[in-house]
Amino acid sequence: MLYSGTVDKLLPAAILASGAVAMDMAVDIFVTFYGIHAFSKQAIRTNKTFSKDFEEMVPMMTQKMREKNIPSWYDMLAEAKKSGNVKIHACSTACDMLDVKKEDLDPLVDDVVGVGNYFAEAAESKVTLFI
Amino acid sequence: MADQNPLADLKPDKTVDARGTSCPGPLLETKKAIATIPVGGVLETISSDAGTNADIPVWAKKMGHEFLGSIEESGYWRVFVRRKK
Repeated sequence: MLYSGTVDKLLPAAILASGAVAMDMAVDIFVTFYGIHAFSKQAIRTNKTFSKDFEEMVPMMTQKMREKNIPSWYDMLAEAKKSGNVKIHACSTACDMLDVKKEDLDPLVDDVVGVGNYFAEAAESKVTLFI
Repeated sequence: MADQNPLADLKPDKTVDARGTSCPGPLLETKKAIATIPVGGVLETISSDAGTNADIPVWAKKMGHEFLGSIEESGYWRVFVRRKK
C-alpha cells in the first residue's frame, strides 16, 4: 500500500519492490491518496517533493544520491517491472477524488482498481507494507 | 600464506562487477547473471555495498543455489555462488 507521494517514501518503496524482485517474489503496489499524483504523467519524472519532516536534509540527500549513483525511484520501479512480476494498481476512489483518469497516469500503472482488489491480493500475500 | 582463502583460487564462469550500485542493485545483477552460466558453474559478484554480502547467502538459499563464501577486499566484497539448478 503506497499512500505517500514524496520522494522520501517513493524511493524506499521502489527499493523494496526491486529487492522483492531479486528474491523472486511477486509484487503488487496499490497506490492511493498522495501517491496518485506522483504517478501522474506530468509529475512522475519531475516530482522532487520531500516530506516537510526531512526538508532540511533534501540538499544533502540529493547530492548523496547522485554521488552514490542511486537511480530515481521511477527508473528503479521501471527496472523492477522489467525484470520481475511487479504490478502497480491505482486506487479508484483516490483517482475519482483527484479527477484523475487511467490515461492521466504513467504507463507504469497497470490498472485502476477498488479496495476489494487490494484485499484479495493482500490476503494472499506473506508480506504487506503500508508506505 | 597458511590461511589463504581457497576461494581465491576459484575460477568463476562469470564475474559481475556491480561496484558503484547500491542495494538491491548487486543482488539484481546476480539474479540476472546466474541464468547465463551453466548449472554447476560459479558466479562471482563484486560489490561495494555491505548489504549484498549478507543478502546473497539468503538469496542463494531461497533460490536453491549454493553460497560458496566471500572474500573481503579493501572497500568491496567478492561473493561466490554455484548455480545448482
